[in-house]
Amino acid sequence: MTQAAIDHYLAEHKRLSNNSAGWIEKQRLSALESLGRQGFPSTRHEAWKYTDVRSLLKQNFISVDTDDSTVGAEQMQTIRFPDLDCYELVFVNGHFNSALSSLPASGEAINVSSISTAGDDVRAKIEQYLNQYASTDKHGFAALNTAFLNDGTFIHAADNAQIDKPLHLVFISNKQNSSFIAHPRNLIILGSNARATVIESYIGLDNAEYCTNTVTEIITSEGAHLEHYKLQQESDLAYHIGYLHAHCHKDSRLDSHSISLGGLLVRNDIDTVLAGRGAHVGLNGLYIAGNNQHIDNHTRVDHNMPNTSSDETYRGVLDGKARAVFNGKVVVHKDAQQIDAQQSNANLLMSDDAEIDTKPELEIYADDVKCTHGATIGQLDENMLFYLRSRAIDETTARSLLTFAFADEVIKRISFAPIRERLEHRVVGRLPDASLISEFLQ
Amino acid sequence: MSTHAEDVESLVDKEYEHGFVTDIDSDTIEPGLNEEVISFISKKKNEPAWMLDYRLKAYRQWLKMEEPLWAHVDYEPIDYQSISYYSAPKSKDDMPKSLDEVDPKLLETYEKLGIPLHEQKMLAGVAVDAVFDSVSVATTFKSKLADAGVIFCSFSEAVQEHPELVQKYLGSVVPIADNYFSALNAAVFTDGSFCYIPKGVRCPMELSTYFRINASNTGQFERTLIVADEGSHVSYLEGCTAPMRDENQLHAAVVELIALDDAEIKYSTVQNWYPGDENGKGGIYNFVTKRGDCRGRNSKISWTQVETGSAITWKYPSSLLRGDNSVGEFYSVAVTNNYQQADTGTKMIHIGKNTSSTIISKGISARFAQNAYRGLVKISKGADNARNYTQCDSLLMGDKCGAHTFPYIEAKNSSAQVEHEATTSKIGDDQLFYCRQRGVSEEDAVNMIVNGFCKDVFKELPMEFAVEAQKLLGVTLEGAVG
Repeated sequence: MTQAAIDHYLAEHKRLSNNSAGWIEKQRLSALESLGRQGFPSTRHEAWKYTDVRSLLKQNFISVDTDDSTVGAEQMQTIRFPDLDCYELVFVNGHFNSALSSLPASGEAINVSSISTAGDDVRAKIEQYLNQYASTDKHGFAALNTAFLNDGTFIHAADNAQIDKPLHLVFISNKQNSSFIAHPRNLIILGSNARATVIESYIGLDNAEYCTNTVTEIITSEGAHLEHYKLQQESDLAYHIGYLHAHCHKDSRLDSHSISLGGLLVRNDIDTVLAGRGAHVGLNGLYIAGNNQHIDNHTRVDHNMPNTSSDETYRGVLDGKARAVFNGKVVVHKDAQQIDAQQSNANLLMSDDAEIDTKPELEIYADDVKCTHGATIGQLDENMLFYLRSRAIDETTARSLLTFAFADEVIKRISFAPIRERLEHRVVGRLPDASLISEFLQ
Repeated sequence: MSTHAEDVESLVDKEYEHGFVTDIDSDTIEPGLNEEVISFISKKKNEPAWMLDYRLKAYRQWLKMEEPLWAHVDYEPIDYQSISYYSAPKSKDDMPKSLDEVDPKLLETYEKLGIPLHEQKMLAGVAVDAVFDSVSVATTFKSKLADAGVIFCSFSEAVQEHPELVQKYLGSVVPIADNYFSALNAAVFTDGSFCYIPKGVRCPMELSTYFRINASNTGQFERTLIVADEGSHVSYLEGCTAPMRDENQLHAAVVELIALDDAEIKYSTVQNWYPGDENGKGGIYNFVTKRGDCRGRNSKISWTQVETGSAITWKYPSSLLRGDNSVGEFYSVAVTNNYQQADTGTKMIHIGKNTSSTIISKGISARFAQNAYRGLVKISKGADNARNYTQCDSLLMGDKCGAHTFPYIEAKNSSAQVEHEATTSKIGDDQLFYCRQRGVSEEDAVNMIVNGFCKDVFKELPMEFAVEAQKLLGVTLEGAVG
């Protein structure tokens, strides 16, 4: 199975090589070689034990050419955050669309560009940072992303620079003649004490059948602070493979929020390396799955240096025949003393056909640490239900309200009101009997 | 913490207390494993044809299998052809009728261990089926058990006298092809214990065996089978220490427990095989498959283990909760010091309705040791109202050791309630300070804190084991505090 898929993508690579980017050819070829070497993961790989990608590999997705398949103004309106003043980079089916985008003025301090339209000086920088810490050997899909790399976003903030408004990267997929795959690549590089907020939105339209295979690399230099959001609302037939790698230097801070609502088969890998004293990472996640959805979140935090801390909260609500996987690994390396690492994963199972497989892992090689993790699987609290019912709220509404409150534990950590409100709205929409509770949430 | 480090140096040099070799002329075959060896073992034990078939089937299966490498442990590959698979004390032909007839050297060995048989017989009221190397040489209290209808004998005896029971239950919990080491065990096991508690009987005494590896170069392959028939109750103790050795020794035991309707089995272990010296040289490889099957309604299986020995421990006492309302429990203290490695935990497979399980695991890691908890809690689709509570805590002593947690939780039923909690920390400076301030010496304070850390598990042990366990903990950890 995996060999047939490798052959398919090798042929696909050949087909596209005529109009390849050229300037990163060496990296693309070495990634292709890595793919040939490792193949695609199967359930025999421990990290993919619960996620079978055979259905994805069977599809023989192809890359679609740049076309003018536009997204209407109305559709854009539903995608944009109302009341959120932000820059936007819009990609349609994997290709940058400048007409729909609005970028900050690029200069010495701030440089934001799409990869396909990058000038020579930006290209040089991209080549410098590409795969500096992330690895094509992570899994076959990461290699595939680099091998087919031709578009995405490059964000660079120089020392002490601050990007004044959030950057909203919008990846839209709509219906095409054949099912297709896109490989967006984002590089976010923050200099010392730089600050930025980046929102990645993945949106599927028209119930299109496609695959998004995305890689995001983040480097936060000393004292930098990045707030990163990933809002995944792919279509019901879509596959989404996401790999985020962050390398955090001394005293820098990364706040990651990952919200997964859409997609048929979704896999998110978030690897963070705390490489300098005082670095902190906060990982926030929410997954809501129904029908036949399969959502897999793998996170890994490497405490390489002393005095680093991490804080992780992932929550999931599962209905229908949905299946979710959570794997949170915290590694405290040798001599990394004075570590504070906390992790929790809570799951609500709403249906007997739903399944959750959770595995919070700790690997600790130092002694002066405070590490805890917890995982729960359960139902709504009967006492809380009783409380609401005794106040004349019917059972269905009460259940919906409590489910929302459960999910909101993650959403309320989002600091931007427009994003928070939009998500609350979306989450309510995903809950059973949504209409009943909307009046409570005004 | 520098003062602690000095304590480590001064106190950790304690040699393994139980290191001695009893010189008994063993009836050992040449190292190597093939079908002939298996036939030899079977013939030597005068086994019926079905037993030999079972062994050969297991052996052929084993040949097809690969040694598992997923555990968080590191060791030199084992050469299975360099192990001798049979060894028995010479005096086996005329089995002793009472302790007086037992080889005095054997008795001496037990006395050195602090568990002399005659003392046990009088004081504890415990029937001991002593397994010295591979053949059972002394069994006590047989008549008293026989009065109650309880069958408690060596495995070889059970094959001869109760073949119908053995045939019915052997391999029904741990099938031949279950894993690499259990397949090996099924092919070459030489002896072990068999226990059957008839319907409605509450076993009148705690049953216990002491395993001991003695002859050099001999792998120990024990097989234990305990069947608790409807409404019965049994508490079984297993404890072991081993003499000091240089080569690594393989120990691949299989334990099968079966609890029918309303039956209860309590299985307690204190494991203190030789852990190797302070440089990680020598020591036992303890690769054990232990599994209990709560086959009947309202049945209960409770595992309690104190693991202080072995160079490498690879052990997951598990419970299959098949009967409705069945209960599984796992209480574990695993201590690793110097270069010991442990990868241990449990599996709780919820299949019946209203099943519940509790897992309390305490891992202590000192100096250069690696200690991992690996567990699985699985709620099957039909397991309505399943309940699990898991707590695994790790205590680190010294900045070179490691503590790891790999819990797998799989839930397929919406009425499942599963909680997992894990913490990792070292002994708090403030805790130590509190004790020191009140005039408690640092060593006593550490002992006190460690014992408190393990209390939840120790209190599950039968009285006579709890004492031994605390002693063992002291011996294993004394001075390893920093």
